[in-house]
Amino acid sequence: MKTPAGLDAVIVGAGHNGLVAACYLARSGLKVLVLERQPYIGGAAVSRRLYEDFTYSNCSYVCSLLRPEIIRTLELPKYGLQVIPYEGGCTMMQGGGHLALYDNHDALRREISRHSKRDAEAYDRYSRDVMRQCKFIKPLLMHEPPDPTSFKPRDLMELLYLGKRFHNLGEKRMYDTLRFWTMSAADFLDEYFESEIVKAHFAGSSIIGTALGPRSPGTAYVLLHHYMGDIDDTVGAWGFARGGMGAISNALGASFEASGGTIRSGAPVAKILVRNGRASGVALADGEEIRAPLVISNLDVRRTFLETMDAKDLPEEFLGQVKNFKIRGSSGKLNIALDGLPQFPAIPPGSPCTRGDMHVTDTIEMMERAYDDWKDGRWSRAPYIDMLIPSQIDPTMVPAGKHYMSVFVQYCPYELADGPWDAAKRQAFGDTVINTIAQHSPNFKNLILHAEIRTPWDIENEVGLTEGNIFQGELTMDQLLFNRPVPGYAQYRSPVRGVYMCGSSTHPGGGVMGAPGANAARAVLRDLGRAP
Amino acid sequence: MTDSPAPHYKQPLLKTPFHERARALSQIDSFIPWAGYTTVDVFTTMEQEYFAVRNATTLYDLTPMVKYRVSGPDAVPYLNRLVTRDVAKLKPDRVAYVVWCNDAGHLIDDGTIFRLGAGEYRICTAERQIDWLLDSAIGFDVQIGEVTEQIAALAVQGPTSCAMLKAAGLRGIELLKPFEIGYFSLGEHRLTLSRTGFTGDLGYEVWMDPAAAETIWDILMAAGRSRGIRAIGSQALNMARIEAGFIMPNVDFVSAEHTIRTGRDRSPLELGLGWLVDFNKGHFTGRRALLTEKKQGSRRQLVGLDIAGNKPAHNALIYTDDGGKREIGSVTSAMWSPTCKRNIALAIVDAPHFQVGSTVWAEIYLNRELVWERRMSRAQVVERPFFVPERRRATPPAEF
Amino acid sequence: MSVAAPAAPSRYDCVVIGGGHNGLVCAATLARGGRSVLLLEAAAQVGGAALTREFAPGFRVSAGAHLLHLMPADLLRDLRVESHGLEWAARGMSTTALLPGGARLVVGELELGDGALQGLSTKDAQAYSAYAARMRRFAAALVPMFSRVPPRLGTTDWSDRLAMLKLGWQIRRLGKRDMRELLRIGGMNVYDLLEENFDSAALKGALGFDAVLGANFGPRSPGTVLTLLYRLAAESAAGAAGLSQPKGGMGALCNALAKAASAAGAVIRTAAPVARISVEGDRIAGVVLESGESIAAHTVISSADPKTTFLRLLGARYLDTGFVRRVDHIRSRGLAAKLHLALNRLPAFAGVGEANLRGRLLIAPSLQHIEHAYNHAKYGEFSAAPVMEITVPTVNDATLAPAGGHVLSAIVQYAPYTLKAGWQAGKQAFMDAALDTLEQFSHGLRGSIVGAELLTPDDMEREFRMSGGHWHHGDLAFDQFLMVRPVPGAAQYRTPVDGLFLCGAGCHPGGGVMGVAGRNAAQQVLTMGMKSP
Repeated sequence: MKTPAGLDAVIVGAGHNGLVAACYLARSGLKVLVLERQPYIGGAAVSRRLYEDFTYSNCSYVCSLLRPEIIRTLELPKYGLQVIPYEGGCTMMQGGGHLALYDNHDALRREISRHSKRDAEAYDRYSRDVMRQCKFIKPLLMHEPPDPTSFKPRDLMELLYLGKRFHNLGEKRMYDTLRFWTMSAADFLDEYFESEIVKAHFAGSSIIGTALGPRSPGTAYVLLHHYMGDIDDTVGAWGFARGGMGAISNALGASFEASGGTIRSGAPVAKILVRNGRASGVALADGEEIRAPLVISNLDVRRTFLETMDAKDLPEEFLGQVKNFKIRGSSGKLNIALDGLPQFPAIPPGSPCTRGDMHVTDTIEMMERAYDDWKDGRWSRAPYIDMLIPSQIDPTMVPAGKHYMSVFVQYCPYELADGPWDAAKRQAFGDTVINTIAQHSPNFKNLILHAEIRTPWDIENEVGLTEGNIFQGELTMDQLLFNRPVPGYAQYRSPVRGVYMCGSSTHPGGGVMGAPGANAARAVLRDLGRAP
Repeated sequence: MTDSPAPHYKQPLLKTPFHERARALSQIDSFIPWAGYTTVDVFTTMEQEYFAVRNATTLYDLTPMVKYRVSGPDAVPYLNRLVTRDVAKLKPDRVAYVVWCNDAGHLIDDGTIFRLGAGEYRICTAERQIDWLLDSAIGFDVQIGEVTEQIAALAVQGPTSCAMLKAAGLRGIELLKPFEIGYFSLGEHRLTLSRTGFTGDLGYEVWMDPAAAETIWDILMAAGRSRGIRAIGSQALNMARIEAGFIMPNVDFVSAEHTIRTGRDRSPLELGLGWLVDFNKGHFTGRRALLTEKKQGSRRQLVGLDIAGNKPAHNALIYTDDGGKREIGSVTSAMWSPTCKRNIALAIVDAPHFQVGSTVWAEIYLNRELVWERRMSRAQVVERPFFVPERRRATPPAEF
Repeated sequence: MSVAAPAAPSRYDCVVIGGGHNGLVCAATLARGGRSVLLLEAAAQVGGAALTREFAPGFRVSAGAHLLHLMPADLLRDLRVESHGLEWAARGMSTTALLPGGARLVVGELELGDGALQGLSTKDAQAYSAYAARMRRFAAALVPMFSRVPPRLGTTDWSDRLAMLKLGWQIRRLGKRDMRELLRIGGMNVYDLLEENFDSAALKGALGFDAVLGANFGPRSPGTVLTLLYRLAAESAAGAAGLSQPKGGMGALCNALAKAASAAGAVIRTAAPVARISVEGDRIAGVVLESGESIAAHTVISSADPKTTFLRLLGARYLDTGFVRRVDHIRSRGLAAKLHLALNRLPAFAGVGEANLRGRLLIAPSLQHIEHAYNHAKYGEFSAAPVMEITVPTVNDATLAPAGGHVLSAIVQYAPYTLKAGWQAGKQAFMDAALDTLEQFSHGLRGSIVGAELLTPDDMEREFRMSGGHWHHGDLAFDQFLMVRPVPGAAQYRTPVDGLFLCGAGCHPGGGVMGVAGRNAAQQVLTMGMKSP
């Protein structure tokens, strides 16, 4: 791929946010080049063939949060994106039994009633309250967070807008909102449900990717992620991308190239170049220099500023803040090629709940204990796992009759208390996960043809995410909104003119949402005096 | 009760004990879900069924009504704290129409309370409420349990309903007064009847053991043959209830326990149910908020509209009588009333336009062979109900 | 102080339920405001959980809180507690962290540049000065929150808006840099905050301990910087005296408060447990005692915890379902136990001289150690290595023990209210864990014990009549804080029932022997006048 001359902007990293930002800029007429270290694009949203004819979504594995505005504007369906909705989901219990989640409201009520009649009805109150919060937060996703310390008219206007939205909730809901944003998932769920299995099932989504346990204050709002899609009335808010998660990146890439953009893969950026206090381009690892007045980094904030820029180009205080930005590895991933469909005796025949996300953690205590292990620098002895078999719905991913299972694992530390990761430890971690699944599936182990085991350390090395953190930084209160990634720089701009951030380290954070990329592009265009 | 053989994830909806009978009579396979059951929307045509309600007698499967048994020493204080009416005044074997509110005085649901025996009450409501009912029980010595599946129910409504029930063998049925409960035997089966209903007409609700359901259905259908009996679906019932001025959840109001948006909740005062709110009986949930609303006046109200022309004002927006300068509300239910020969509607209208006698305008869209036309129709705010036949209250009702 | 029933008038302007420090402060403030006040205490003496009582023959101890550092100086001055008999056994007490192997760290001395002497790196010692100064600035900015009724949100009331603006202004006044830092760390956990600042595990343990003392948190729980700042802000509001020990124990403070209340005209009746709060029509009518006696009052102010007040004394039938639901969800399970030891000699702690023995001693050698102790509590268990705040009050006040004897008083964490095994079975084991831990730092202590008492949250619930045996009558956490404390709809000391107010630790700003809730509540009652709101 040739590097075009007269570039307006270089995007460092072809993750989904980098590509989204690139698309928006290219559509506004800028000449944009995307540089990707790997020979393939997508960052953590990739489909890869690592074993025979099996396609793995080997990092992110579910299409849920991608903003509808982005899908529409970038015409992703036209460029090949197809999403197949989940048909259910379930948690299998220790010693048999299960709780399934079904789309149909009556089926779901009767299902929860098997565990608690009261919870089956409290579920409506729960969804209502979570939906109310979603409604409140949704418009903030595609907004630059205002700086509360600033007196600039734009910040004041945005603060006023936020304040007005908050005020419009009415007194009672203002308190509800205040509490919701600061509670732990466990405490929040306790206000609705009595059945352990019901609480455990819902709590799962509050810990995925975070270095917190379900009892940590601030985890309740992560529950929103399960509902954020619903609020857009998008059928199949949670679904599989046909062909794996790489399909999203490929659609973005195609959309970008159709707007005249250029992607160079296999081109690792070594330095962001600064001249006279402003961005002047990038230098690749092989020494090649590419000039551009705008450099937008899709890398996480630590990588961007601590590893890809010169400390002398940045204010010391800012560097201190970046160092204090918490990016913790807490998740692992297994990608497993299976010789057939595993049996789950707890699930009744014909239930569609295996055609969605499956779990085996049936109490909050078990989840919290899994977190305690992580705090002590070891992988959870009884990990929380989120497993899916997308090949049930998308046969293009596997040879006929075979299956692919994606297993997300919480918690797995980046650094082990007993010394660095090695092959034996990685295998032991994988075995822990496989044994956990095998407790619920007697034929599972015999079906395994190949298992790719990925620790946070592996994810960091392959994808470039610091510590393998899937959100490019913890989603805790101190790292959200105007604090994300660091106070004073929450608006996609950096201390160096022309250098921008567009990764999940920025507001509103991670998940394959695309909002940081779109918001960053808007900030760039505004600075250029162009209407986004 | 006959449970559906397929598991819930294959067939989410339950079947009532009358399902096989209903299916046999259903000509157009028009079923809708209601509170977790599948029920008939229309058997033959909505009009035929509606005319049977007003001119003959009808059977309507009420089984999906959610039923709760409330008992225990604190049953009365509990219910009194729950609903806005004074339950202490409810005499044995009587039924009361009630509403209950959240703390903000906004309606959660309406329903009926049956006083069955010493310290035993039954709440009937259209939607499930156990979450709220149990939280309301904190601090009260009561037991609350859902009994929906243990009781099958039929609404028997229409001018010949009393005569038909008498013919079926319910002796003394003609003496049952409105809102009264009576106990009868039909062969070996024990039936509980209440003179209640959702049609605003002469009518009864029959409560029975699900095992007896099909037998009772057959007996009533046979007894009613010469009195024009017809099984009806929800559509015909909906027409009758609009004429009777009754409100429907999720149509005329959304339960305050379900609203997502701020400001979509409705208070009983706004819904014209102020007569159900007893401020003198002691505390009940929402009382303080309702007192404030009463003092300050409601900002909007549900009213009856009599609209010019004969085109039903479905979903119409309502405007002021000054050339329609300001939007002041919207229609929640509308129909051409075949009995009253009036174009009627229920609508939420802002203050002060909700006063009876006010003139407002309804913006009606008509689909005339796929061409949409907009009509601004003049409408009067009128008293509800739109239709109140003498026979509704007469005891004994006239012979047919 | 125990007071016999005087010939009482049949009706009071105000009846205060509960003679703990908040109840007493409230009664005194109301009486000084010209109200006729009756205070009713269930126990034989006033004090609530701030009392001094005998736990072994001849040995007395502050049975609940054992240090005074949060009560505002102006409150003590206004109520003239010193002229009502309060004397100080010690003020400005030091904090010494006990470390394994006989080392120690005196936290206060670090600011004197003494870090090197205590084995700290120069970097840590310097960082400490900057950290302490910054935290003090933040604490000072938060002080105005304490002295006032928390504002309501979303009202059109200008005083609410003004209060919010004032708080906002106070924070803005810190300047851009500090404000940003405060807004960032405000939601953080204390573990990360201290990790950002220091290397020494011992220093981090000692500083982090205060964030979780009495809380349902470990150092890694988000929100612990808030609890720490909160404590610092309360201390800052209290004035410069620092950790103090009243002569005669905490009970002496309450006796002085009771005298202040009586002097102002309040009537105090002990051994007069309230059975229920009575309601007539739309408002409070008074109270009915367990004896059956009815007392009429225009206003009733309860210092009992919110669950007890609303669900037991008032009754759900006078409240709305949603409100009751919220009260029912208040998290109020205590996790702190109190250990009292009667000793036949002065206890010796390795490396701790007499000067520091006069202060408090901490056993919290590292943040990991605290976190591990907390881990168990999450599952209804306790750790074999609990963390502690220890005082030896007899060093400062010999009157508390027979000649030559000494008292050791310790707050021991974590002791979960709902112990899976039950406290009947678990109490001895927990006592052993505490004594084993103490023994590590004070060899031979066991041999000097002549009497011992352990109060678990379960015991405190019974003795002090507080739900869950929780110091603060409810967890101090973001979601039970300020205008949502104890629950929305009762966060301004007023309750949904006209004439009923709250004044206990369950309200803003929470527990500890602070008295601010009592004073704020009284001021709210006085502001609202005798008319119905």
